[in-house]
Amino acid sequence: MYNIVTGPMAWLSFLIFFIGILLRSIMYIKGLDWRLDRVTYTKNVSYGIRGAIKSIFFWIIPFGSQSWRNNPGFTILVFTFHAGLLITPVFLLGHNILLQERWGISLFTISETTADMLTIAVLVSALFLLLRRFSLPEVRILTTSYDILLLCISILPFLTGFLAHTQVPPYNFWLITHIISGEIWLIAVPFTKLSHIILFFMSRAQLGMDFGIKRGGMKGGGITW
Amino acid sequence: MPEGTLCNKQPVNTKEQLHALLADTRGTLYYKEMEKLDIDQEVLRDIIRKTLKSRMRTWLEICAHCGLCADSCFFYLSNHKDPKQVPSYKIQSTLGEIVKRKGDVDNALMRYAMDTAWGKCTCCNRCGMYCPFGIDMGVMFSYLRGVCFSQGFVPWEMKIGSGMHRIYRAQMDITTEDWVDTCEWMVEENQDEWPKLEIPIDKENADIIYTVNAREPKHYPEDLGDAAILFHIAGENWTVPSEGWEETSLAMFAGDWEGSRLQVKSVYDAIERLKPRKMVVTECGHAYRATVIEGPYWTGQQSGKPPVETLHYVEWVADALRTGKLKIDPVKKIKEPVTYQDSCNYIRNAGLRKDARDIMGYIAEDFREMKPCGEHNFCCGGGGGLNGIGRYREQRNIGQKVKRDQILETGAKLVITPCHNCWDAIRDLEETYKIGIRWSFIKPLLLGMVIVPEHLKGEE
Ligand code: SF4
Ligand code: SF4
Repeated sequence: MYNIVTGPMAWLSFLIFFIGILLRSIMYIKGLDWRLDRVTYTKNVSYGIRGAIKSIFFWIIPFGSQSWRNNPGFTILVFTFHAGLLITPVFLLGHNILLQERWGISLFTISETTADMLTIAVLVSALFLLLRRFSLPEVRILTTSYDILLLCISILPFLTGFLAHTQVPPYNFWLITHIISGEIWLIAVPFTKLSHIILFFMSRAQLGMDFGIKRGGMKGGGITW
Repeated sequence: MPEGTLCNKQPVNTKEQLHALLADTRGTLYYKEMEKLDIDQEVLRDIIRKTLKSRMRTWLEICAHCGLCADSCFFYLSNHKDPKQVPSYKIQSTLGEIVKRKGDVDNALMRYAMDTAWGKCTCCNRCGMYCPFGIDMGVMFSYLRGVCFSQGFVPWEMKIGSGMHRIYRAQMDITTEDWVDTCEWMVEENQDEWPKLEIPIDKENADIIYTVNAREPKHYPEDLGDAAILFHIAGENWTVPSEGWEETSLAMFAGDWEGSRLQVKSVYDAIERLKPRKMVVTECGHAYRATVIEGPYWTGQQSGKPPVETLHYVEWVADALRTGKLKIDPVKKIKEPVTYQDSCNYIRNAGLRKDARDIMGYIAEDFREMKPCGEHNFCCGGGGGLNGIGRYREQRNIGQKVKRDQILETGAKLVITPCHNCWDAIRDLEETYKIGIRWSFIKPLLLGMVIVPEHLKGEE
């Protein structure tokens, strides 16, 4: 079992993940239409690039945009959640040992304590994000079961990984579910709105170009996010 | 499939159709017919398939349902934070549904979509600035208006407005003769004071072609006179076209993209014909948005720009003040506290924040910013055509509470509103809430404080 899930299954899910996000990006860009979107993507390119970079930059740094500053609690939750979600799996020692064994590559690694803290941070922020979903009327009205499902898919690898790591019996069971849930996440990304892992950048760049090229970027200093 | 005599999928192209609609007071019959109007689902599906591309598809798909856009919308804030006014909810429950059901929708949903696209959104685009994914509900509502228009679900006044553009190339029934007469009349009217005043019509190769909002010749001709005097004082070599003088676009508010294209094309044709060096647009926000920002795309200009460099009136004024073409008498500057209504269409959506501030620096001693201001300012409450739609008057008035409170907070009693929609909205706001404010375009204020150059003095 272990060999199957860490062998062919892992290959398959990584393949789906990478090809999937590549295809989503290509499809996004191919679907842009200068006349329908009313943005001259291929003219005034320098303004477009400037707009796109600004639009991404001010939103990927915490409190970089007015909207983040207006909602400090949410901002902290979102950034903690996403930082943990991205850093932990990629730089985890255990994952990198496995990578070295199987594919002969490995990256910079973080200490086990850091990984534990990040994992707990992910789980706690997820819990608060969930509570927020149900307590604020303006968020509750938007929430669907699909949102909850995706949140579960995203934190399950952390929960199971943490249990496996802390040697809660049965260790093997937690390890296998951890691997499978990680693979489910990888496969889910291109097919669900988890695709925002890449489409966030696309969409932000698009609106940045819109403002940078058409809506004022070529006249004033451009929009302040 | 039932189509009403007044409410149907056909845009208004003839005077007969137009008069029939106008004769139906407040659209009573029109809206009654709308309740029975069938949806051509095949056409609807086709439109969605062909025109809803990756940008909007992605927006609809990846919305995180985080609710961050809620507080950005003045409708949400002014309606006691009603969750049904959250921008994301409004678009997901309308356009989102139409897309999800692949056009397989009923009359009730289409009417709800119409009531939402016009009655709960002014396409101010503010939410787009507050969404982490850059999801611009204003853009999507504008698109939804187009979808609704194509199926005949459009507010009565908007259907009329779009028809006016299709027939008269103006938002009102003003003919070329009416327009030319008004220009001549305004010259005569000011002749005693300014004997050399001119409104040159169809002059070729002028430095400036000046284009207006049809309300000016129709209801406020003195605005045209003021513009002429200011150009005269500034020593500009300018002209107005006899045709293609109308910048506004109720067709854009209506979602009638063909009507929008025809209207803008008439202006671009005038530019081609008269070959001016640049164009100046009167104090109107949506007119500038339609003709300068969106118009190039409707007419397929590959550069994304109008045929000549175009300035909004505030840009022209700011430039004239900076270069000294217009000089302000310091003793006549506005002394009382004064604030500025940033129009969504030329501030947020066209980047002219700094020009507006520069003008205030020249003309006002106690300028007070609204909070928030500039690109982040709230809509006046009457944008997107909402001022003119009887069906949503109540919603418009409620929405204006946000603007009312913003103005009150500045402590200013004078609001400068260089946009026809903002001007109307602030006027109506005062009528509803009686907060004791005045409002003004820039032209009359400037006229009261510019220094008349020596060589024109004898004229005075
Ligand atoms: S802020 Fe953006 S992502 Fe969040 S609910 Fe609104 S539209 Fe969706
Ligand atoms: S565009 Fe303006 S009015 Fe419309 S939903 Fe967004 S914030 Fe509200």
